[in-house]
Amino acid sequence: MNKRIGPSARLKEELTAWRFLAPALLLLLTFLVAPFVMSVILSFTNQRLVSPLPTRFVGLRNYVRLFGDAGFWQALKNTMLFAAVVVPLQSGLALFLATLVNKRLPGRNLFRGIYFMPVVVPMVVVCVVWYFLLMYPEGLLNTFVQILTLGRAGPYDWLRNPSLALPTIMLVSIWQGVGFQMIVYLAGLQNIPRELYEAARIDGASSWGQFLHITMPGLRNTHIFVLVTTTILAFKLFTQVEVLTQGGPLGVTNTLVRYIYTAGYRELKVGYASAASVIFVLIVLTVSLVQRRLLREEREVG
Amino acid sequence: MRGLRRLWLYLPLLLIAVVFLLPIWVMVATSLKGDELQIMRDMATFRALWPHDLSWDNYRTVLTGQGFGTPWVRFFLNTCLVVGSIVVLGVLVNSVAAFALSRLRFRGRDLLVSTVVALIILPFEGLAVPLFLMVNRFGWFDSFQAQIVPFIAHPFSIFLFYQFFNRIPRELDEAAKVDGATWWQIYRRIVLPVSRPVIATVAILQALEYWNSFLWPLMVTRGPEFRPLSVAMNTFFGQPPRQWGDIMAFAFLTALPLLVLYLAFQRWFVRSVAQSGLKG
Repeated sequence: MNKRIGPSARLKEELTAWRFLAPALLLLLTFLVAPFVMSVILSFTNQRLVSPLPTRFVGLRNYVRLFGDAGFWQALKNTMLFAAVVVPLQSGLALFLATLVNKRLPGRNLFRGIYFMPVVVPMVVVCVVWYFLLMYPEGLLNTFVQILTLGRAGPYDWLRNPSLALPTIMLVSIWQGVGFQMIVYLAGLQNIPRELYEAARIDGASSWGQFLHITMPGLRNTHIFVLVTTTILAFKLFTQVEVLTQGGPLGVTNTLVRYIYTAGYRELKVGYASAASVIFVLIVLTVSLVQRRLLREEREVG
Repeated sequence: MRGLRRLWLYLPLLLIAVVFLLPIWVMVATSLKGDELQIMRDMATFRALWPHDLSWDNYRTVLTGQGFGTPWVRFFLNTCLVVGSIVVLGVLVNSVAAFALSRLRFRGRDLLVSTVVALIILPFEGLAVPLFLMVNRFGWFDSFQAQIVPFIAHPFSIFLFYQFFNRIPRELDEAAKVDGATWWQIYRRIVLPVSRPVIATVAILQALEYWNSFLWPLMVTRGPEFRPLSVAMNTFFGQPPRQWGDIMAFAFLTALPLLVLYLAFQRWFVRSVAQSGLKG
């Protein structure tokens, strides 16, 4: 009596499946897969956004020029540096905040709410507000620095000093984003069975020992998620830089995404920007694959 | 003794809270100062934190569009239309696809699931330039559809729906199947009604992402007609002479809709973010 065994019902189910999938697949193919394939193809051409000349195949010329451009290497270096600092710092801070607000204290929900708040403020707004606080010499941050150091340090030109500009962008980014990872860690912390801690306390483990031997291993999956997503987010750095410094001073805050944007959109060099895009995508893919592999191995060993 | 220990626990909590609240507070306080010169005078001192002359002038300027030419509301409506369409159409398209992946049997299903998962890592920023070329060929430059259509289908949303649907007991749809229900009816009447948590998660994550989106609308919009708040904010910010009172009013209005939603539905926001991480 079961209708689903018959071959025609089978076929019908298969057709229904593809009908349900069609809108999503069509959109994904057109707006995700096709642009990716296009970027690979275009990177071997001299395609421009508007040009009287026909598009030609130019071999590896875009890549040769890209690798010969000091600006590209600088943008790559800045992006890597940003990720290398922000990812551990933001994740570590998020874990710290999560353990703080995970304590059974009255009002902890209020603190969670406050720490997460910047996440819902649009990044452009965050940048504008911080620009005001970072002004030289009269911004409020300089006032704080001078008070805390009793006038011995500062004022600093946070955004125009070449050695401070990138760290300042890091600071603003962490301020805005850390609440997100905090919540993710909080969920991870709450998934660790309480009995483990109770058992450890009976055995006389210190709170640091509990953190090392129960909390950290219990958070392995959360670590993977947080590290991978924060890294990808760090590589996509654009808004903060475009609003606060336009990549300056002297290109010390230019990033890969802003490099692509400048070449492809401002200078209309689509082929060249595509080559930079391909490199960008490859880096992001490699980093997240390597990270996943490393963390998975660690999990197996642990 | 206990009270003292409590105090020590609250001290860092409070200090950190100040770090997160202060910039937001400075924005609000500055937006309520009518006198631009006073803002500049207050800037370096703690008077920056206090709106002594409490005036709505900046909000009037921004809402009527004096100085910037276009009222704030225009950009707000643009953003609402774009984000609203992405969220509503996105929930529909992605959940239907995930339903098929989770419930229906067809050839290539496992391959398709892993392809969707793999697509999650593909960073949009790396596709922006070819996508821009494509959208231009479609004649979509400076339009709403350029800001909506490419973002409806979303691999991560499909994945979230897929995982959620997999946990709904299959006995429910088997029973409906025996009663002669079509797949569409099962989706509509059985699966969707119990999927409110995942719908909220996807909607909130999408809303946060696209209310924030900046690079793409910066590329595909030209004038105030289709521009969202984020790009308008940046343009307003970059326009000399910089009037901080007006800028902060614009900034606060721009942050306000999501802040209000967040304060009203804090539990849902937190749950959504937590859910996005539990998968790994």
